[in-house]
Amino acid sequence: MLLKSQKDFFSGLLFLTVGSAFAYGATTYQVGTGARMGPGYFPLMLGVILALMGAVIAVRALISGAPDGDRIGAIAWRPLLLVLGANVTFGALMIGVPAIGIPQFGLVVAIFAQVAIASLAGEKFIVKEVLVLSLILSVGSYLAFVKLLGLQFPVWPAFIAG
Amino acid sequence: MDLINNLTLGFGVAFTAQNLLYAFIGCLLGTLIGVLPGIGPVATIAMLLPATYALPPVAALIMLAGIYYGAQYGGSTTAILVNLPGESSSVVTVIDGYQMARKGRAGPALAAAGLGSFFAGCVGTLILAAFAAPLTEVAFKFGPAEYFSLMILGLIGAVVLASGSLLKALGMIVLGLLMGMIGTDVNSGVPRYSFDIPELTDGIGFVVIAMGVFGYGEIISNLSHSEEKREVFTGKIQGLLPTKEDFKNMVPAVLRGTALGSALGILPGGGALLSAFAAYTIEKKTTLKPGEVPFGKGNIRGVAAPESANNAGSQTSFIPLLTLGIPPNAVMALMVGAMTIHNIQPGPQVMTSNPELFWGLIASMWIGNAMLIILNLPLIGIWIRLLTVPYRWLFPAIILFCAIGVYSTNNNTFDIWMVALFGAIGYMFIKLGLEPAPLLLGFILGPMMEENLRRALLLSRGDWSVFVTRPLSATLLALAVLLLVVVMLPAVKNKREEAFVED
Repeated sequence: MLLKSQKDFFSGLLFLTVGSAFAYGATTYQVGTGARMGPGYFPLMLGVILALMGAVIAVRALISGAPDGDRIGAIAWRPLLLVLGANVTFGALMIGVPAIGIPQFGLVVAIFAQVAIASLAGEKFIVKEVLVLSLILSVGSYLAFVKLLGLQFPVWPAFIAG
Repeated sequence: MDLINNLTLGFGVAFTAQNLLYAFIGCLLGTLIGVLPGIGPVATIAMLLPATYALPPVAALIMLAGIYYGAQYGGSTTAILVNLPGESSSVVTVIDGYQMARKGRAGPALAAAGLGSFFAGCVGTLILAAFAAPLTEVAFKFGPAEYFSLMILGLIGAVVLASGSLLKALGMIVLGLLMGMIGTDVNSGVPRYSFDIPELTDGIGFVVIAMGVFGYGEIISNLSHSEEKREVFTGKIQGLLPTKEDFKNMVPAVLRGTALGSALGILPGGGALLSAFAAYTIEKKTTLKPGEVPFGKGNIRGVAAPESANNAGSQTSFIPLLTLGIPPNAVMALMVGAMTIHNIQPGPQVMTSNPELFWGLIASMWIGNAMLIILNLPLIGIWIRLLTVPYRWLFPAIILFCAIGVYSTNNNTFDIWMVALFGAIGYMFIKLGLEPAPLLLGFILGPMMEENLRRALLLSRGDWSVFVTRPLSATLLALAVLLLVVVMLPAVKNKREEAFVED
C-alpha cells in the first residue's frame, strides 16, 4: 500500500488516536445528559469529533496527495534533544530536583550549562564564544529579572549562598 | 460627544509619565525580540509576558500593547531585510520589501512600513473607539446560545481565512479545545485528564503551550535546516526617508490598505493575513505610472499597502475581543490569557465596570503606535545590526528567555518540564504540516465554549434546536456554514490553495 500523503496520513492517525483517548477518558467521568451536562459530556463529544476527522484525513491521504508523497523527512534528533535538554537542564539546575538528588545550583550555573548544551545543537561550537555568551546572559538576566523585575530566583548554589 | 469624552478619559489614564514609560519599554522589548528571525509575534508576546506580571493592570496592558506593536513591526523589519517573514501576515511584504532592500532602498521600505502602519493604527484606533460602545450594547443581548454560536463562527472563520489545509486546521482547533478541558471542571469540581498530578488540576498554562509549540518547535525546526546563507543588508542602507516620488506613490496605497484592513479585521477570524494578501492583490491590479518599478521588483506600494492593511486589521481585531470577549486569532488569544492573569475577564462588562481600563487601553494602543514610529525610525540601524548576530548566539538566549518566562509564571519547575514536552509536540506539528495557531485559539476558547454550551442546554432543557431557533444564534451559525461552503466550492478552493502556496 502506498501513502499518497505521508504527512496527512500520520496527522490523521494522530488525531484519531488522541481523539479516541480523550473520548475514552471522558467516559470515566460522569457524562450526563444535554440538560445536565456532566464533566465528561463536552470532552466525549469533542473526542469523537476529533477521532472522526482523523479517520477522514488518514483515509484521504491514501487516495490523494502531493506528487512527491508529502514525505515527513528525517527527524532532527540532535537539535530536538539538545534544545529540549538545555531547557530541562536549566530548570533542574536552577531550582534543583530533590527527588533525584540534584541540589539547587542557582541561576548562574544553570545558564552556563544551558548555553553549553544548546550550543552543541548549532553548527559551530566555539568554547570561548559559549563562555562569553553565558557570561553576558548571566549578568543580563541577573540585572533584568532579579534586580529590575524582582522575580524570585535562586542566583547562587544553595550550598554556597546558604 | 461620547466618543470624544471616552477618548479623553482614556488618554487621561494613559498619558502619565509612568504609563508612557511602560509603553516605551514594551515597544522597545517587543521590537528587540520580534526582530530576531524565526520568532513570530505569538512567541514574542509569550516570552515577554512575565515582564508585566509585577505591574498594575492598566500599566501591564499598556506595556503589552506596546510589546504587541513592537513585535509586529519587528517582524516586518526581518521580512524586509532578511527575506524571512516572521509571521504569515508579512508573507507579502517580503516580495517587494526584500527587493527594495537588495537595491539599497531598505531605509525607504522600512520607513514606508512604519509610516503606513502608524497611519493605519490611528484610523484603526478611531474605528475601535467608535464601534466599541454600540457593539457592547449588542453583546449584552447575547445569551449563552449566541455566545456558543459566535465562538463556532469565530473558530471556523479563523481557519477558513488563515490556514492551508482546512480539515487539518479544523482538527487542530478540536485538539486545542480538548487540551483546554485538562484541569478541574468548574462545574463539578472533578479534575479531568490530570492523571493525579496536582499541577495538572489547574490546567496547562497557555504560556507553556505558546512557548513550547511556537518557541521551541520553531527553534528546533530552524536548527534542522543548516544555516542557509542569509543575505542581510547592513552596509548598503543609504537615506532612510522615502523620496517625494515615493510619498506620492505611497499615500494612495496606504489609504487603500487601511480601508481594506479595517473592514476585514473586524471579521471573526480577523484577517491580518487576508487583508495583507487582499491589499497586495489590489495594488497589483492598479496600473503602473510611467517609470514606476513593477511589482515584485521592489515597488514601494507593495510594502506600504499590505503593511498598513495588516496593521489596521490587527487594530480592529481588538473589537471582537474587547466587546465580546472572543479572541479572533492566536495573538488575541494570548492577550486574553494575559488579561486573565491580571484578573480582567475581557468582554462587554469591562467597558461598563471598568471604563478607565477599557478606554485607557484603547488610548494606549494609539500611544503604542506613536511610540513605535518615534522609536523605530531613528533606531533602524540598531535593529539591522541585531540581524547580523549569528543564529548560534541567538538561540541559546531565546531558550533561556523561554525557560525563565515559563518558570516565572508560577514559580514551579513543573512548567519547565511541560514546556519541553510541548516543544517536542510543536516540532511534531511542524513535521506533519499542522498549523499551531488554531490549536492555541481552541485552547483558550475551550472552557468558555463548554460553559456556554452547558448554560444554553440547561436553559433549553437539553433541546439542541435552541441554537437554530434563536434568530441571532441561527444567523451566526448560518454564516459559519456559509463560510465553510464557500471555501469548499471548487473555484474558491483552487484560488485559496494558490494563495497559500507562497507560504
